[in-house]
Amino acid sequence: MANTNEVEPKSVGARDTLLTQKRESLGQDAFRRLMRNHAAVVGGVIIIILILLALLAPWIAIKPFSEQVLVDQNKVPKWLVSVFPSLEPYAVYSNDYPLGADYVGRDLFSRIIYGSRVSLTVALIGPLISIIIGVIYGSISGYFGGWVDNIMMRIVDVLYAFPSLLFIILLMAFFRSPISDIQPGTFAYSIKELDESLGGMFFIFIGIGLTAWETMARLTRGQVISIREKEFVEAARTIGASNARIMFRHILPNIVGPLVVAETLAIPGYISTEAFLSFIGLGVNPPTPSWGSMIADGAKAIRTYPNQAIFPALALAITMFAFNFLGDGLRDALDPRLRGTQ
Amino acid sequence: MGRFIVRRLLYMLAVILVVSVITFLLMHAVPGGPFTREKSLPEETIKILEKRYHLDQPLYVQYTSYLYAVFIPHFTTTPPNAALSSQDDFLLNVKIGSLWIRWMNFGPSYRSRGRTVNDIFRDNLPISAQLGVMSLIISILIGMPLGVMAALKQNTMLDYLGMGIAILGVSVPVIVLGPIFVWVFGITLKWLPPTGWAAKPPFFLGFLPSNLNWEFFQHALMPSFALGLGSSAVIARLTRASLLQTIREDYIRTARAKGLQERVIIVRHAMKNSMIPVVTILGPLFAALVTGTFVTELIFGIPGMGKYFVTSITNRDYPVIMGTILLYAVFLVLANLIVDIMYAYLDPRIRYD
Repeated sequence: MANTNEVEPKSVGARDTLLTQKRESLGQDAFRRLMRNHAAVVGGVIIIILILLALLAPWIAIKPFSEQVLVDQNKVPKWLVSVFPSLEPYAVYSNDYPLGADYVGRDLFSRIIYGSRVSLTVALIGPLISIIIGVIYGSISGYFGGWVDNIMMRIVDVLYAFPSLLFIILLMAFFRSPISDIQPGTFAYSIKELDESLGGMFFIFIGIGLTAWETMARLTRGQVISIREKEFVEAARTIGASNARIMFRHILPNIVGPLVVAETLAIPGYISTEAFLSFIGLGVNPPTPSWGSMIADGAKAIRTYPNQAIFPALALAITMFAFNFLGDGLRDALDPRLRGTQ
Repeated sequence: MGRFIVRRLLYMLAVILVVSVITFLLMHAVPGGPFTREKSLPEETIKILEKRYHLDQPLYVQYTSYLYAVFIPHFTTTPPNAALSSQDDFLLNVKIGSLWIRWMNFGPSYRSRGRTVNDIFRDNLPISAQLGVMSLIISILIGMPLGVMAALKQNTMLDYLGMGIAILGVSVPVIVLGPIFVWVFGITLKWLPPTGWAAKPPFFLGFLPSNLNWEFFQHALMPSFALGLGSSAVIARLTRASLLQTIREDYIRTARAKGLQERVIIVRHAMKNSMIPVVTILGPLFAALVTGTFVTELIFGIPGMGKYFVTSITNRDYPVIMGTILLYAVFLVLANLIVDIMYAYLDPRIRYD
């Protein structure tokens, strides 16, 4: 990949000038193709906006996400009635809340803004964990082959058959159980403190990471096996390169593309897994706002105050949209042959 | 083929055993137990309860006796009598001559007094199954035609429209679609009942309700659509990609050259081969639908397994947790097995041995 610019082909007359005018690296080429894909660009822009919202949340949100004003519970702004006419007979108006207040008088708008932090962190950390575990596992298995490969892949097979969402639910129940007898100073206690300081997100990462790496490991293994027998790997081996060097300098750079594409396409899955967990009450700790838990709260009042479920639901949908569009575009740009698959 | 199925069944058994061990260990690794509550019970009461449910025995004894009760068929001459004891309730009772073969005793529920896990299965599992099957049917009925249409009209408005709908479908999980459906169709337009379920027992084949009428579908339509739409999008995209690839094959050109009708070429020649990747995805898709039923049931107020599964975990109701997870694991592994067999049927080049 990186060698394309270094090795200059011998010039072949006039045709060459035409070629050199258009020559660009694979990365540039892919980027150009990505920019031509309008849906992907829109997705990318939305994601950038979301990242800015998440980073600047304390300045954009008009209230702290946990501030409860009980007298303001379920209040709605005036404009909302034109969208939700059924509110008219019983709504209590207050224009202090751009999207309304929830059942304990917290500002929905601010909570949605802060909620983006959870979803985006999962979108960032989920791929990171699954790439780290999956790539190490898969490349060891693929590179060494033989009985090592056999054993390692059978383990993955069995774990793969374990329904991953059930496994995450079990793990979360395990992590979330009220553990009172943990002594300060122990390892378990510091993990618990870390989780609490992250609003419960740490265990979500662990749960997602522990299940998501299997796909990545299989993909990496397949890629490694296909590259392992190539001449340049053979060449590196003859000049005495170590296993680690061959793995990291020669094989890995060649398989980064498919891995990145696979992970980008997996991101909406991580986001919805977190939302799912928070929805059933095994995700973030209250009062940390997550779109999933907000939808769960809102769904209980959907007959009376639909805005409390609809707005966080829209936020979640838009985010997943953006990541899906970007992932599709990235796949088409990096490997045009795969266009339209999966 | 026979050997393949036997081997896969053995493999399945191994997976189920691993699932049961992991679940059992995770459940018991958490400090506290099913009888630790906010208002703690007196020490002696807990002791008595633990003794009654054999929780005072060492873990390996508890585990092996659980396996024995669930997996090993029991042969007795006494007929099943649920009233006799809640600890003696088997899911399957078959009578051969004067001998009763009884199988799968998942034990009593610790929290729902007087009910066994099998009671919960009998009452609530059929409802979850109805929801799951309906959404699977919906996802196939929508996804396949959409994908075929998009592929046949590639790069036209129809294609873009179809794939636009598909990307919309993958981006809205059921927890988004559910509340929106309830609000739009249930509350604003009042077309369908926003919540509830109207299946009447007895259930045929274990899950088919005896009232397959408008009343049933009226309640089932919204939840099954909300759950199935995401999967239909996945199917549509895969069908399109796969069909596009197939219609470029040489044998399709041959069929055209022979002068076959376009309809025959697509239906008889192209469709069958392009279904192979679509069938592979049905396994994972089924898993997604099954776990999706939990939240769908919570949103639409459907009395299925979802509520029991979620509350059993927070309540530490060990037999219910074990029972549900094992049951779902069996479903999913079986689904994968069926997918593999369909695979071999669709593509005779695939041989298992």
